[in-house]
Amino acid sequence: MTRAGATGSDVTETVPTDMVELIRGSLDHCVKCTICETYCPVSNVTPLFPGPKYVGPQAERFREDGETPDASLDYCSGCGICTTVCPQGVKIAEINAHARAAMKARRGVPFRDRLIARSGLLGQLGTPVAPIANWLLSRAWFRANLERVLRIHRSAPMPRWAGRTFRSWARRHDPLDGATKAVVYFHGCSTNYYEPRLGEMAVAVLEHNGFRVLVPPDQGCCGLPLQSNGLFDDARRYVRRLTKSLAPYARRGYDIVATSTSCGLMLKREAMEMLDLEDDEDLRTVSSHTYDICEFLLELHERGELRTDLAPLPMTIPYHAPCQQSGHWMGKPALELFRLIPQLVVQDSDADCCGIAGTYGVKAEKYDIAMDVGAGLFDQVREIGGPLATCDSETCRWQIEKATGVPTVHPVELLYRAYGLDGSRAAAS
Amino acid sequence: MSQDVLVVGAGLSGMAAGVRLAESGRRTTVLAQGVGATHLSPATIDVLGYAPELVEHPARALPGFRREHPDHPYNRVSDSLVAESLAWLRELTPELGYEGSLDENLLLPTAVGAARPSALVPGAMRAGDLRAGGRFVFVALRALKSFYPKYLAENLGQLKLPSGATVQARAVMLTDPVREADLTPLDYARRFEDAGFRAAVANELRPRLEEDEAVGFPAVLGLDRHAEAWPALQDLLGHPVFEVPSLPPSVPGIRLFRALRARLRRAGGVLKLGPMVIGAEEDGGALRAVLTHGAANRPGRHPARWFVAATGGFAAGAIQLDSHGEVRETVFGLPVAGIPPEGTPRFGPGYFDDHPLARAGLDVDERLRPLGDGRRAAFSNLFAVGAALGGAEPWKEHSGNGLALATGYAAASAILEEEA
Repeated sequence: MTRAGATGSDVTETVPTDMVELIRGSLDHCVKCTICETYCPVSNVTPLFPGPKYVGPQAERFREDGETPDASLDYCSGCGICTTVCPQGVKIAEINAHARAAMKARRGVPFRDRLIARSGLLGQLGTPVAPIANWLLSRAWFRANLERVLRIHRSAPMPRWAGRTFRSWARRHDPLDGATKAVVYFHGCSTNYYEPRLGEMAVAVLEHNGFRVLVPPDQGCCGLPLQSNGLFDDARRYVRRLTKSLAPYARRGYDIVATSTSCGLMLKREAMEMLDLEDDEDLRTVSSHTYDICEFLLELHERGELRTDLAPLPMTIPYHAPCQQSGHWMGKPALELFRLIPQLVVQDSDADCCGIAGTYGVKAEKYDIAMDVGAGLFDQVREIGGPLATCDSETCRWQIEKATGVPTVHPVELLYRAYGLDGSRAAAS
Repeated sequence: MSQDVLVVGAGLSGMAAGVRLAESGRRTTVLAQGVGATHLSPATIDVLGYAPELVEHPARALPGFRREHPDHPYNRVSDSLVAESLAWLRELTPELGYEGSLDENLLLPTAVGAARPSALVPGAMRAGDLRAGGRFVFVALRALKSFYPKYLAENLGQLKLPSGATVQARAVMLTDPVREADLTPLDYARRFEDAGFRAAVANELRPRLEEDEAVGFPAVLGLDRHAEAWPALQDLLGHPVFEVPSLPPSVPGIRLFRALRARLRRAGGVLKLGPMVIGAEEDGGALRAVLTHGAANRPGRHPARWFVAATGGFAAGAIQLDSHGEVRETVFGLPVAGIPPEGTPRFGPGYFDDHPLARAGLDVDERLRPLGDGRRAAFSNLFAVGAALGGAEPWKEHSGNGLALATGYAAASAILEEEA
């Protein structure tokens, strides 16, 4: 069905049928045990969100055509923890995402949400003028105005444009000679525009393990930020474009490795579940071959194929597994990889969420909630007091770094260093 | 490099088996669709409370109980294993201060003012023991609407104790310093971790306490800092303080889960939440791997040498009665024992009546291996524990956590012995 938005004809969202009905039907499995309420990071810090059980399986029964008895739905951060901990298999976060999209389609999506949901576009626009863009975003007066005009909180973490792209590096990079196996690297927008070094390190770690790394062209946005902001039609367009580019590789049997946990999860299951694309052949094929990079490396290790010439990294650092990483249902593979690095002591935060949830915590009305959600994690990071912290997801890294001042890196960077690929020391043999 | 042990299910039985095996140096993964029944349980370890009359000494009652219930899973675990499992949990989780043994049941007040027999109880519940009678005051927190101490106290006052002692109980209502109208037990648990909040509560309560009264709070005295919050409150009040389990979410249960999760991780074990088991690979009478519905469009494959089914019973969906009247074990497709034969009733007419179907579940051999066709172990390397086992009525016997802990512990013993 198509619904007209309150602000004009361009907000037409298709909130469709089969998968949605299946997900919705799962609410009948809810036994009201309140386990999801126990784990919801948002309802644990603010009364503005009454919790996943109330807003999910309970309020869903009263929703019709995008009208909801509960506008507090918008305060769900979409972290997905409720679905992961539910012992009855209720798709709580997914029910909420559908309802939120329908509500936004009816009531209108603010310009701000349309803007911050386009990470690829923002990356592209900022790259040629990176020094100016970064300078502007570091000025208090600019951020104050940004908050006034766009309702983007003045203290929220912002990425810094690298001024160059990962893709331009990848084009110049000579692939590994004589490799007998190959893997596809899906870099995502943030690696391309903000953290090209992460992509280079991921490629180096994969090459160190004997892979020729393929970087397919046309890797645009996966659509996740659009989806989490309720712009389902746009999200569908983006993810289809991306999977069209990746699917030929998957069909030839290549595995696709992602360093962005949330974008990887989008390709694995969220696009199918949230956007009603479960019949999209490209997406299904891509999903069946997509791996989070730590998951991929750990599986290599379990087959005895991961190189373990890892030099000691004598330090004690905190690790935070992002919510979207829990959504991969794979445990915490980074923790198991860290055990292979001598003298590296990693303390698992066991915190459920850092608060940012993609774009949630940058919104002026949600910033304080996000900071309260992350408070326990920030305390732990400060208490451990290591030289750095580690976390799989980019927006979470920016949030932790902004809140604590502790540089926060992707787990792959620790492997990269321990393999001696940074050239600072010879790798242990 | 693959796993030694894969446990399916993260309730008390699965976590107990997983922690014990991980601590014994086995590479262990606990895999579960979500978090388990710990979050809904009061975290007391009830071994045997009614048989059917009140059990005061579980160690003395167990032999007769086994004889009268030949299909009961307690026939698969010896007294010494049950006792060992209790001692193991007590030592494993010093921060929870478990007290008790098989020798005697404590009698703890429930939220509705009944007396609940339990063998091993968290330290913070110890002072609620009603057996010797005495004076008790129960505290109502203004914004915790699921805990009604007045009702609790009135019911307790009418209690007939085996010792003949009497209980004097009353309730006090606090106007505690929270602003919200409605808080969950977990919200309160976090507040009680704050020294200022505890002081405010104590200042209001202290003048209202009478001599020799033990003070009962709903079980919200701290979560991760419970070991500090509970004694601190006790010191401030100068009276024994105890917790009464309240409606879910159960804060004591969450503490127990977190304690077990921390031990599992410290021992190098892995907890994977989210995936649902969709099948298994077998070969030559043994399981080789468990297959899960993964996040990606491919099944997850979890190979191991040993497997533990800690999947739960009807409530968890692991044993299912469908609308055609068919009873199935949904995780491994194992035969379900104890289904009332055709023509005999499955359910009693009243809610609290005997329901024969409720005892359906997995039947196991003496090593806790579920039986397949021909009453032989279905797989040489699969063990079943906890509520998945048939033959018990934990809610009537008050045996749920006792069975979960003892069978989880015993399955770990069986695996360690098989390997030796």
